[in-house]
Amino acid sequence: MAEAPLLAVESLSVAMGVTPVLEDVSFRIAPGETLGLVGESGCGKSVTALSIMRLLPNPPGRIIGGRILFDGTDMLSLDIGALRAIRGDRIGMIFQEPMTSLNPVYTIGDQIGESLIFHRGMNGRTARSETAKLLDLVGIPAARNQLDRYPHELSGGQRQRVMIAIALACRPRLLIADEPTTALDVTVQAQILDLIGRLRHELGMAVLLITHDLGVVAEFCDRVAVMYAGRIVEEAPAAQLFKQPRHRYTEALLHTMPAANPPGRKLPSISGTVPAPADRGEGCIFAPRCGFAIPRCANELPPLTEPPHRLRCWNPA
Amino acid sequence: MTMPWFIRRILGIVPTLFLTWSIVFGVLQLIPGDPVMLALGGTPASDEVLDNERRRLGLDQPVYIQYLTFLKKMAVGDLGNGYSSKQPVSEMIAARMRPSLELALGGLLVGIVLGVALGIAAGLRPHGWIDTAMMSSALVGVSLPSFWIGMLLIYVFGLQLEWVPILGDGIDALILPSITIGLFLAGGLARLIRSALIETMTQDYIRTAHSKGLSAVRVVAKHAMRNAIIPPITLLGLQFAVLIGGAVVTERVFARAGLGSMLIDAVLTKDIPLVQGLVVYTTTAYIVINLLLELLYGIVDPRIRSRRA
Repeated sequence: MAEAPLLAVESLSVAMGVTPVLEDVSFRIAPGETLGLVGESGCGKSVTALSIMRLLPNPPGRIIGGRILFDGTDMLSLDIGALRAIRGDRIGMIFQEPMTSLNPVYTIGDQIGESLIFHRGMNGRTARSETAKLLDLVGIPAARNQLDRYPHELSGGQRQRVMIAIALACRPRLLIADEPTTALDVTVQAQILDLIGRLRHELGMAVLLITHDLGVVAEFCDRVAVMYAGRIVEEAPAAQLFKQPRHRYTEALLHTMPAANPPGRKLPSISGTVPAPADRGEGCIFAPRCGFAIPRCANELPPLTEPPHRLRCWNPA
Repeated sequence: MTMPWFIRRILGIVPTLFLTWSIVFGVLQLIPGDPVMLALGGTPASDEVLDNERRRLGLDQPVYIQYLTFLKKMAVGDLGNGYSSKQPVSEMIAARMRPSLELALGGLLVGIVLGVALGIAAGLRPHGWIDTAMMSSALVGVSLPSFWIGMLLIYVFGLQLEWVPILGDGIDALILPSITIGLFLAGGLARLIRSALIETMTQDYIRTAHSKGLSAVRVVAKHAMRNAIIPPITLLGLQFAVLIGGAVVTERVFARAGLGSMLIDAVLTKDIPLVQGLVVYTTTAYIVINLLLELLYGIVDPRIRSRRA
């Protein structure tokens, strides 16, 4: 990556109480680039996203090490005022649950316009007409008539569009999308992804897309980072990762995709479960579930190699 | 053809009022003793006088006629005349309403200011020192009998420090009784706001509000409080309804001539029309305030509005 990164997460470690949930997580996103962060539930994807915005509930969440550089500024050293100036303005965020992420007692117009009033100093009327334009942008029909509607009057897909409008209100340079389609119907999922994809180009923003859906990553992301049990185990340009996965976990994950299997056959699964933090040994955490583990895997943690194809494995494919 | 939700709510109280008045009428039928004897206050009288009096009060009519007459009178606000004063009950109540209303409003004001401030402070830092101190003192505020708090306030601020008068009709004489009532209200209110706020602050939309870069004050005041406020509104409304019927004990302690003292006197002198009038007034006020509360919920929470539409 020749260009200076927009976001650089360096050796981020986070604990929930005394339990480590993220260990030594590092990745970079260039301006306008889309990075997919994938892994199964509980691997630390959402914790990573919330940590960047410093929205992790504390207690119990605690950032215990590392740096998060956004446009050269360390988010972790900012005071709350400077942090708030970035939140919602230069970094927008959308969440997994559109049904509960909007405040039920305020109109959508109010909730979208709020960022404009706060960050852009607009008055109510300007914010309102700008909000109508935003609703247009995210594909809500008859936008101006929709401003006074309440979240409970909208479908899940429409609510997620409203969330996107909130996140994009101030034209952020980075959009963090934390499983934006998981809670939606399949047909709506595609629409929302198309929308994010289109807006990413129109607004020239970088996207950190968090998902457990590899299909989404394949068509959407420039690069992919795969997480397992709080660590990044592999990171590569999307095309390369899908064509030639090197980490055994990535490989197994790709095998579980419906598209990778002939129709009618039972989908393969990865045997075993992620070990609890207390049961983890010194070595690679995936080793107990790995069909290719060598003796070294159980005893010694593999280091993450350098870009462009980063890998944390002793016996790669 | 659908009516606006608030019109339906307003019409909805008619059966409730009807039922309440019917119960009041029924209970009065069960009171032992001859109403005419009570009306004459025990004065010895000839049968002719008793019959005339009975006819005058309509008590010679069959019960169902009495019942219909009663309902008709209630509907137009005619509560009859008191036995002892011979004055219309509605006028007697109206004359004593002001002190009770003032006290109810004063108590409510103190209760809201104190309860909201403490509830928010405790709810934002559960198990912090403000919370711990507040929760124990709130328990004390709710548990201590109001006559004791009232007398304590009179002794300290009225008699020892002489900051405020302990008697009178002025606004300064309202301070101590308002605090007496307000402390009681604040205890329950603070606990309710605390728990509602703790729950609200974990909601996803609070995280969304933070992700927009809003200040903590705005997140709490705008996004959390409007969602956390409904249980406290209910509590306050119902307590206010009780208070406007007269804070019996506090009025006695501070010698305020309100409805509470009036009710005690009416019961002691067996002034049936006055007791009946006060009961009808209190229950009706209760029902009307309940209605206002429901309308208020609809304003605070749009989901309630559309559910009822």
